[in-house]
Amino acid sequence: MRVLDKHRIALANGARDGVPIGLGYFAVAFSLGIAARNAGLTAVQGFFLSFFGMASAGEYAALTVIAANASYLEMALVTLIANARYLLMSFALSQRMSPTTPLRHRLLVGYSITDELFGIAVAQPKPLDPWYSYGSYLVAIPCWAAGTAVGVIAGNLLPGRVVSALSVALFGMFIAVVVPPAKQDKIVGLFALLSFGASFAASRLLPMLSGGTRTILLTLVLSGLAAALFPIPGDTQKEVET
Amino acid sequence: MTHQIWLYLAVMAAVCYAIRVLPLTLLRKQIRNRFLRSFLYYVPYVTLSVMTFPAIIEATRTPIAGGAALGLGILLAWMGAGLFPVAVSCCAVVFLLEWFLVSA
Repeated sequence: MRVLDKHRIALANGARDGVPIGLGYFAVAFSLGIAARNAGLTAVQGFFLSFFGMASAGEYAALTVIAANASYLEMALVTLIANARYLLMSFALSQRMSPTTPLRHRLLVGYSITDELFGIAVAQPKPLDPWYSYGSYLVAIPCWAAGTAVGVIAGNLLPGRVVSALSVALFGMFIAVVVPPAKQDKIVGLFALLSFGASFAASRLLPMLSGGTRTILLTLVLSGLAAALFPIPGDTQKEVET
Repeated sequence: MTHQIWLYLAVMAAVCYAIRVLPLTLLRKQIRNRFLRSFLYYVPYVTLSVMTFPAIIEATRTPIAGGAALGLGILLAWMGAGLFPVAVSCCAVVFLLEWFLVSA
């Protein structure tokens, strides 16, 4: 009974943290829906594009493949490259879970690793309770999928200033995930600032890199640098509780 | 040759799911290697930071609004505000600033 209660609290917490994500998702998915309509998708197809894709950059990339009438192999490769950062996140998340977490939970939690849902999951104390992720998924995934379908149907209905304001909700959440550990661990703070600078420099100096590729490359380089220069203590797990 | 949209979606869905679920299911043990553990400890924070900037100043209709949202977000989070208050405050400051800075 107490275990059930614990999971119920985790589910509720996840749902609560999923609300700002869902709001931001709806706005972004709406504009994605417009792109989906241009690529020839129906509202139902738009819904499933987002339901299965769960990635803004990845889905945009997929839509360009569809619009170009390219091969299925190309679709697979583009999807792989545009979503490669989720592979890294899945590795990172595997270290946040209890080794005893059953396969069915791993199959379900993995399904919706996105920048944002991953971000709030790693802000949870270790080990991650899968029910926390489910709570956030139950709120965020319908918003994302429905937002795309509505975007296909309704086009430019939402006023531009509302879209503009809602679009920073996602970044607000990223900030709220990074700042507390950066406050406790100076190295995390230092590398957060380095990441800002490197990302800005790369976007200006290497504009041919897509946002997703830039994220992968800089994540590999900067995290590797941090790990080489400032390895976390060997025995005691260095974890930041929030 | 014309391709089926549903088949495109099926290919995308399969690749997306494999990427996300394979590490989680194949790697059940805690990693012992110190470099790898350190690397994975830093990954989320670096990834999120890389994705936040400069994207936040490019998402709004004037970079000033995005920059203000970034500053306010960092300040509030530093003072202990949670995900939802920080996200809503960022939206609010963008909406207010653009009300004055961007016409219609």
